[in-house]
Amino acid sequence: MRYLPHTDEEIAAMLQKAGAMDLDDLFSGIPEDCRRGRDLDLPEPFTEWELNQHMAVLSGKMAVSPEYKIFLGAGSYEHYIPEVIKQLLARSEFYTAYTPYQPEISQGTLQAIYEYQTLTTRLLGLDVANASLYDGASGLAEALLMAIRITGRKKVAVAGSIHPFYRKVVQTYLAPTGCEIVEIPYLANGKTDLTRLPDLADLAGIAVQSPNFFGCIEDLDLIGREIHSDPKTLFVVTFTEPLAYGILKNPGSLGADIACGEGQSFGIPQSFGGPGLGMFAAKKRFMRNMPGRLVGKTKDENGNRGFVLTLATREQHIRREKATSNICSNQGLCATAAAMYMAALGRTGLRELARLNHDKAEYLKNQLQQAGFTIPFDTPTFNEFVVKFPAGFETTHKKLLAKKIVAGLDLSLYYPELIDHYLLSVTETSSKEDMDALIKEIQA
Amino acid sequence: MKAMTGTRGLVLNEPFLWEQGARGRTCFSMPRRDVDPCPLKDELVGQGPDFPDLSEVDLVRHYTRLSTWNFGVDTGMYPLGSCTMKYNPKINEKMASLPGFAGAHPLLPAELCQGVLKLMYDLEKYLAEITGLPAVTLQPAAGAHGELTGMLIFHAFFKARNQQRSKILIPDTAHGTNPASAALCGFKSIPVASNDQGVLAPEEVAELMDEETAGIMITNPNTLGLFEDNIKKIAGIVHAKGGLVYADGANMNAIMGIVDMSKSGVDILHLNLHKTFATPHGGGGPGSGPVCVTKNLEKFLPVPRVIHQNGDYTLTYDCPESIGKLHAFYGNFGVQIKAYSYILSMGAELKKASQLAVLNANYIKEELKSVFHLPYDRACMHECVFTDKFQKPYKVTTLDIAKRLMDYGFHPPTIYFPLVVHGALMIEPTETESKTSIDLFIAALKAIAKEARESPELLHEAPRNPKMRRLDETIAARKPCLAG
Ligand SMILES: Cc1ncc(COP(=O)(O)O)c(C=O)c1O
Repeated sequence: MRYLPHTDEEIAAMLQKAGAMDLDDLFSGIPEDCRRGRDLDLPEPFTEWELNQHMAVLSGKMAVSPEYKIFLGAGSYEHYIPEVIKQLLARSEFYTAYTPYQPEISQGTLQAIYEYQTLTTRLLGLDVANASLYDGASGLAEALLMAIRITGRKKVAVAGSIHPFYRKVVQTYLAPTGCEIVEIPYLANGKTDLTRLPDLADLAGIAVQSPNFFGCIEDLDLIGREIHSDPKTLFVVTFTEPLAYGILKNPGSLGADIACGEGQSFGIPQSFGGPGLGMFAAKKRFMRNMPGRLVGKTKDENGNRGFVLTLATREQHIRREKATSNICSNQGLCATAAAMYMAALGRTGLRELARLNHDKAEYLKNQLQQAGFTIPFDTPTFNEFVVKFPAGFETTHKKLLAKKIVAGLDLSLYYPELIDHYLLSVTETSSKEDMDALIKEIQA
Repeated sequence: MKAMTGTRGLVLNEPFLWEQGARGRTCFSMPRRDVDPCPLKDELVGQGPDFPDLSEVDLVRHYTRLSTWNFGVDTGMYPLGSCTMKYNPKINEKMASLPGFAGAHPLLPAELCQGVLKLMYDLEKYLAEITGLPAVTLQPAAGAHGELTGMLIFHAFFKARNQQRSKILIPDTAHGTNPASAALCGFKSIPVASNDQGVLAPEEVAELMDEETAGIMITNPNTLGLFEDNIKKIAGIVHAKGGLVYADGANMNAIMGIVDMSKSGVDILHLNLHKTFATPHGGGGPGSGPVCVTKNLEKFLPVPRVIHQNGDYTLTYDCPESIGKLHAFYGNFGVQIKAYSYILSMGAELKKASQLAVLNANYIKEELKSVFHLPYDRACMHECVFTDKFQKPYKVTTLDIAKRLMDYGFHPPTIYFPLVVHGALMIEPTETESKTSIDLFIAALKAIAKEARESPELLHEAPRNPKMRRLDETIAARKPCLAG
């Protein structure tokens, strides 16, 4: 086996040193009643060639772009990933390293993450960002747990226009804490209005997504001001599409105390939903309550600039049951990819790409409207929006699949009241031609 | 002695990203604009983040230089205890990047994503076979996420029986994530001391286990690298009081093909695919922490579950007793692909991997126990734990030894963990290190032990070869500077 370097002679010599008769003898201390009764029943080892064949068959059974035209977003977006990012991430000094516990020989990872933290604070308009959490959904759950910790309150509110899976993850994380979760209904325009929240009192935090699950851009400014009428309550802004902040006002400037969400759009393949990137940033005064790893700047014995993992007294390996989170491994390489992506685009490129996403989505929205379909939510959107199709659109949607077009996501699966409503996403990878073809096929 | 690999070379300095570039440079091939501009309302538009504009060459040089400041498994031996830093096969990287996988949208209709669903289904099946626990979820994104999943299942299990249990037993050798995960579910950790053999004694557990206690979280093999040989008895004690047994399977690399977790009395176990199953750690992640459970507990696993019916694979959310969801989608699928490729490449030879991992650790233990203090002198599993006791008289600490190893060209072992061993040096060679590299590592540590006696300043001043000397962690924590 090519991954096992030992020759028989070496094994014999090592066994002798270890004082064991044979390999089985090394396990003589394991009681009989804990042992397997039989050998592992796994397929015969594949050769590399066989593996290539096998995986080509499996991956060949997938509907992916460019063969398929996929107008799906809802938390996972098709964006072009520059080749440089793939090549640089493939430097195995980055990807075969562990968490940088030994800073002297991990400065590459450490500076890369420090830069990621910095670019993330600039993107989100907040003071400190951590080195990543698992994904957008678990990041939101951690943000609400953090709000509960900081305020000592036992109730949180989440907008109903937050990604349904994110809300489900929040429920799961909070279930054993006994904390109450209040859901804020969305309005006829697809936005969140706090006046619909019966009781704003005693909330640890209020979470709103923008652009929200329907693609609508929320009035974060207004919401933030209302939330902060109680100065203790934390305003948590979540997102699934960070590219939007290339052009939109950022959460920090609109009053967010914590901004957290999914960073997959930044140079990370969709990969059936993971690995992605939980981006997480907060105001400085909450720094010591943050979950996750933090990289900080320092100096070495010669006075040279360097980096270390810091504020570890928040973390599980020091604080154990009193830690701010149980997280240990995070999404380090994905954070590195995101930093590369932010740097590859730069301020100028990010803005231009964000505009392009928006304008293309507007094009499709207008074309659909002109073709007679309804845009139910009269609110500005970024690169995703909801369309109401005529009753029975389900069959058309199915027919389009056969034509290798995925015409958005059926929202009635998550919002039973939104029958015939579909969520469509358009990024820079959707050409005008593809969009025109979609319109044509829908009308056919 | 063969020449040590550690040496100095040309290392380039590299400023921050934002100290470089010039407005208007770009590294991005902007897609064609084939639609008209359609400006957003002014009140929505912000300044845009203050990112530098770089060229493609700027970016390539930047990250290439940074990468040379790092040490990875591909650089050299990385015996970081508890982390199983084995070789990460290159072919698996290619598999995860196949366009059909990398480009797959997570909300594709089932008929359009049969390939990935079959992969997940089969991977679950293989992990069930390897652990002996029949029901598996791949959703947790890392080991600690798996622990949280397990603790949520504990919570749901007792809730379903209308019982609230407030405590959980956690051995003093446990990883910090164990008590932290239990605390998230409201369980108070009750520490259980290991005995003078480095394992748990059933009497100790019997003493503490009661009907207020949800069960035990036990790492097996434990973090001293020892097999908890009383596990079956301990499980019996816990079960008799209505409790559950959670096993932290971070150290599964020692026992694949040998131990049956279900027969050992374990109800729930998490695996670290980024340890045992050869997926790279990425300088911090992404990992993957599947959870395997008994048939009884299957109904609590997170949604969605992959099912196979009439030749078709689908995702089902119809699991009324499920604990819910821990990840927006299905966990770190890209990592799952690599572990699946690894399992297919190894087959039943996974057992051989475990045997050689254990052989390597025992060989190191025997070779070094004359120069480093071995607190538990007995056969170990995949890792062995030494201390700095013999070096104390020369005012040399575990930290000094670790730093000096860098000069010789090795990544240091895990240090100061587990906490029950004072000044621990926890060495996990893994099976992918050859006798040649292990002999060199042993020679390096013997040389360091000699230096400790004869010229301890070499250790106090270490490391000298890496780009940086020792870094000041106190200043970093006292005056945190987390962004530039
Ligand atoms: C024994 C043990 N348990 C749990 C963990 C946590 O795993 P992860 O870092 O994947 O969350 C680790 C990893 O360091 C470990 O060594």
